[in-house]
Amino acid sequence: MAQYMFSAYSVEGAARPEMSEEEMQQGWQKIMVLEEEMKSAGALVFSGRLTEPDTATVVAMADSDVITTDGPFAESKEHLGGFYIIEAADLDAALVWASKTTAAVGAPIEVRPFWEMPDA
Amino acid sequence: MATMIRVFGDIDVAEDAVQDAFAVALRKWPNDGLPPNPGGWIMTTARRCAIDRLRRETRGRDLLDEVAVLSSATEESGILEMVAHMQDDRLRLIFTCCNPALSTEAQVALTLRLLGGLTTDEVARAFLVAEPTMSQRLARAKRKIKAARIPYRVPEDDELPGRLRPVLAVVYLVYNAGLNDSGGQDLCAEAIRLARILVSLMPDEPEVAGLLALLLLTESRRLSRTAADGSLVLLGEQDRTRWDRALIEEGRAIVRACIRRNQPGSYQLQAAISAVHADAPSAEETDWIQVVALYDLLLAISPTPVVAMNRAIAIGEVRGPGVALALVDGLALDNYYSFHATRADLLARLGRKREADAAYERAADLAPTDAERDFLKLGGRTRRRSPD
Repeated sequence: MAQYMFSAYSVEGAARPEMSEEEMQQGWQKIMVLEEEMKSAGALVFSGRLTEPDTATVVAMADSDVITTDGPFAESKEHLGGFYIIEAADLDAALVWASKTTAAVGAPIEVRPFWEMPDA
Repeated sequence: MATMIRVFGDIDVAEDAVQDAFAVALRKWPNDGLPPNPGGWIMTTARRCAIDRLRRETRGRDLLDEVAVLSSATEESGILEMVAHMQDDRLRLIFTCCNPALSTEAQVALTLRLLGGLTTDEVARAFLVAEPTMSQRLARAKRKIKAARIPYRVPEDDELPGRLRPVLAVVYLVYNAGLNDSGGQDLCAEAIRLARILVSLMPDEPEVAGLLALLLLTESRRLSRTAADGSLVLLGEQDRTRWDRALIEEGRAIVRACIRRNQPGSYQLQAAISAVHADAPSAEETDWIQVVALYDLLLAISPTPVVAMNRAIAIGEVRGPGVALALVDGLALDNYYSFHATRADLLARLGRKREADAAYERAADLAPTDAERDFLKLGGRTRRRSPD
């Protein structure tokens, strides 16, 4: 089995359809149903939804000093909104889960494999 | 190659192994003579070469354990069984090479390299790119297959229709690579073999049958495409008695069945056009009106500049070169040698010799094969029409 990261990207400033409270609840339901399906299949390793990009802090080295910056790392408009770590036998299987995820989440999903640890 | 990939589960290892085996063959066979089953010999040798290589590389230790299990099993069942598996392996390999997670460019390059056995340089020339570019493209695709674990299998029934289009496109490209290479009859045969397997796998898919028909009809003329001196012979001048009537009959039968099904598609239409040519006992008796009608349908389904160009050529046969040239001039095909060759021929027929010569020069510069280039440098089709 291999592990894949599903990254859901949100685009700043993209037109988001106005959703009623009820529609938002339905959206959450879809995601929860999918996550249950993933758990029963033994595919879900971990998942999480991140708070807005402007709540981020970047910590980096500049020579031998640690510099702390307010805001997200990427200058771009696209930011990581949330992620899933999925276990699947191969890419085809991972992409089946990814198709369901993008349908439920409503954002593009990038599927990237994790490095295989030699003695895993 | 496909079987080696199945056995080793790693494309690079398989490639190195096959190359090593051929190197050994080149050393041994001239002295020892050809073994009774050269294909089987290559496979056994390739397996031994790969095992030797893996022993020398520590990362190969785990892989080696798997291979040891496999090789003792196959050693007993023998080479013949391995040969029987090769067909399935080729199918698995082509669906793997054509996985939608890979770009179209990568799909085609991989299939030509791994199934067609072309060198990286030959694949590069087939796509008019530089060799290092193609080398990188192949390396990247292989890395992705490995790292992302693109599986080595034939898709399930419900996935098949969607996974088919890239496979058909690639088989067609493999056939064409063989057509353009003077020693390429093996590639042509391989493409036809793959097409037959696909038809038996998917008998209800009309475009699969259409592709096979197109390949058979094109193959029926392959030998008459080149003259004894290696120069190119155009369709209008080919010795039709040299056309393979058995292949034509088979192709036409498939086209008739496709027409009855009435689910037209791009390959079926191209096959039908080819069949109209095959029906004409001489070039002059070609039913060009029928050809134009079929191109009209094809352009509607597949509105590409190349289809538009070929349609224009057919229209030229019915309504004269002036009409055809007007259509062709509007197309954005400046990098395509055939575009310039077509313009050249039409210009020459209209008596615009200077422009025709310039167009032939341009076509010759862009020509992908020596035979084409020589043909164009000598003034192409027009010279043949009116030698002076």
